[in-house]
Amino acid sequence: MSANILNILDPAAGNGGKPQRRVIVCAGTGCVANGAYNVIKAFEQQIKAAGINVTTEFKPEATRDLRLNKSGCQGFCQMGPLVTILPDEILYNKVKTEDVAEIVSQTLVGGKVVDRLLYVDPATKKHCKGISDIPFYQRQQRFVLKECGTIDPESLHEYIHHGGYAAAKKAILKMTQEEIVQEITKSGLRGRGGGGFPTGRKWEAARTQKNAKKYVICNADEGDPGAFMNRSVMEGNPHSVLEGLMIAARAIGADETFIYVRAEYPLAVARMRRAVEDAQKMGFLGDNAFGSGQALNCEVLEGAGAFVCGEETAMIASIEGQRGMPRPKPPFPAQSGLWGKPTIINNVETLAHVVRVINQGADVFRQLGSTASPGTKTFALTGHVANTGLIEVPFGTTLREVVLNIGGGITDRRGKVKPDGFKAVQIGGPSGGCLTKEHLDLPLDYDSLRNVGAMVGSGGLVAMNEKTCMVSIARFFMDFTQRESCGKCVLCREGTRQLLSMLDEIIEGRATGETLDSMEKLAHAVQKGSLCGLGKTAPNPVLSTLRYFRHEYDAHVFHKHCPTGQCKALAKPSIDPVKCKGCTACARKCPVGAITGEKKKAHVIDQIKCIVCGACADTCKFEAVVGV
Amino acid sequence: MRHPLTPDGNGRKFVKVFTILEKHGRKPSRLVPILQAVQEEYRYLPEEVLTYVATALDVSPARVFGVATFYSHFAIKPKGKHIVRLCDGTACHVKDSIPILDAIRKRLKLEGKKATTDDMMFTVETVACLGACGLAPVVVVDDQVHGQMTPENGVKLVEEIIAKEQS
Repeated sequence: MSANILNILDPAAGNGGKPQRRVIVCAGTGCVANGAYNVIKAFEQQIKAAGINVTTEFKPEATRDLRLNKSGCQGFCQMGPLVTILPDEILYNKVKTEDVAEIVSQTLVGGKVVDRLLYVDPATKKHCKGISDIPFYQRQQRFVLKECGTIDPESLHEYIHHGGYAAAKKAILKMTQEEIVQEITKSGLRGRGGGGFPTGRKWEAARTQKNAKKYVICNADEGDPGAFMNRSVMEGNPHSVLEGLMIAARAIGADETFIYVRAEYPLAVARMRRAVEDAQKMGFLGDNAFGSGQALNCEVLEGAGAFVCGEETAMIASIEGQRGMPRPKPPFPAQSGLWGKPTIINNVETLAHVVRVINQGADVFRQLGSTASPGTKTFALTGHVANTGLIEVPFGTTLREVVLNIGGGITDRRGKVKPDGFKAVQIGGPSGGCLTKEHLDLPLDYDSLRNVGAMVGSGGLVAMNEKTCMVSIARFFMDFTQRESCGKCVLCREGTRQLLSMLDEIIEGRATGETLDSMEKLAHAVQKGSLCGLGKTAPNPVLSTLRYFRHEYDAHVFHKHCPTGQCKALAKPSIDPVKCKGCTACARKCPVGAITGEKKKAHVIDQIKCIVCGACADTCKFEAVVGV
Repeated sequence: MRHPLTPDGNGRKFVKVFTILEKHGRKPSRLVPILQAVQEEYRYLPEEVLTYVATALDVSPARVFGVATFYSHFAIKPKGKHIVRLCDGTACHVKDSIPILDAIRKRLKLEGKKATTDDMMFTVETVACLGACGLAPVVVVDDQVHGQMTPENGVKLVEEIIAKEQS
């Protein structure tokens, strides 16, 4: 087959008849963990048993009555496994294998909706039939994620059917290098991996280099703990990443490309490899890409577990077979990168946006988002929110909209929504900072976040409720960066270690006022004395929690008290005699027998016996246990 | 032409390594994928294999050890039969992942820095993020993801394996 397939599968040409009935089972990581594969198997059996003419393959013309396929992450991970039925636009939640027979007989055969499997909006108690009335989806604008969740990620034909590879073909056969770069520059697209550097400018710097050999690398080493946007795009729509990569290669005149995927994402690696192989077979990649007479090749590489490799120059070192240590810039990779040749490195999501810019033009792209940060951004919304999952919203959307409306509000320890439970959001992972109640109406974009000491980063958004100790959170991130520091710069290597031990002193009640002062000084020194982004941003969580939650640090240091009771060394659990009903549940649960009291009378905790495990607080239904 | 490093009778255990090296054209630039393939084969990176790789690629053993110890994915000590990985990414951490780790380690009598049980049955480790944050906290046992874990259920997962191994 050749590149002509693009014409045969023109989306306007195919599927002239009525739309085919479809059952799409989400096979993202979350849903698979909840048993999605068994649900698919059950569907196969039940559909066949019902005598329905079914296919699992994509065909441009609807030849069967029903198509059953798995998709990439549909985003609403909390409610998985998810089953979407089209064209009815029904979304069933938490589907178990036992539910499949009912879906087949009621919905597929009978045309009725199974009410009990629908999502119930906790605010209105309304049963929502599909994504058009679920608030989680309603408030989003999905472009990068649009096809994730409907198409079969392993079908190149289906991607083409949805207009795929039209942009790559246009860029390679009809546009000059200058035109491509100009369009990207005009769109104002900024790198979605962290820093937000203008993509057009990066490309222009590499394009103007006079060198016969150039490289493009797709940065899919999503190391930020608490973020899984890139993973979902690669698993859900791998061809969109590859297409963007091809456009980038064409724009700067590169013939060799790499996709550097994090090793912890085996499914993403497999899907990307499959996409590359299929594109090769189709003639989109190879010695004569799209019949252009020019070579374009791609190789998928697996990372080996080093956070620092997300940094451009460290990633280059890793691909060259070295330890992944960054080197000073300039020269920038666009001038001298992989093997000393001009190289551009773009994030997965950036490349997926490139496809849309080339397809629809810079002006359409600019319609959403803010002037300085145009377009949409995916965020991984996790932590103490009712709806965890993957979302995509235009830049400039407020934090309130994201966390309280799309996220459905903050939850307590038991997962119940608490209207006033919001404490903070950590954005940008270990390099980012926290946002508090006062930032709820802050529009999220690159510049507004930088002004308040945080950053967009790759887009991990971790919501935290009032029971979260901010000093422990700072310690958590410092522990991470300390371990991931590559060791090249002294201030990063030793400084993060010192910062961590100071945080430990605070948490364990050994700190003095001096500790806080030296911690702040050292944090600034590490920022200044480190070469790469990891070290430069490593102190951010400490500085930002110090800025917004100074009182919590003070409580730990001066009063030897952790306000949330999370720090075990400082916790002094006690039972509120007013709230305690004397139900004896805590006394029975206590592993060391530290709780005593008579039935129906207030209980007491023996501070000497207590090991501060928190089991009593978890058991108590009346929230009578305080300080742990 | 016969390559000087072609394994003879004594070097039989290196046959697999030899094939891997050939596949990657004996290029030092392919060191990371080579070590990944070796680890796939042996489940860890034995010292003598690392030395062999260094000689075959004509680079110093220090370079190979440097790379092997730099990346957390590489193990230079053998791991247990079953690998329990607890996600301690931010999302899992704020949802109390550490008590799960403590409970599992306690059940397996792992103390201090020890990660592998004496009978080589279990290795317990933490990972920074598995990308299943929607299901936090997450425990992965032998590549099977278990979401929304609690300390009790974590211990139960381990007990199930122990029971299976004993029967």
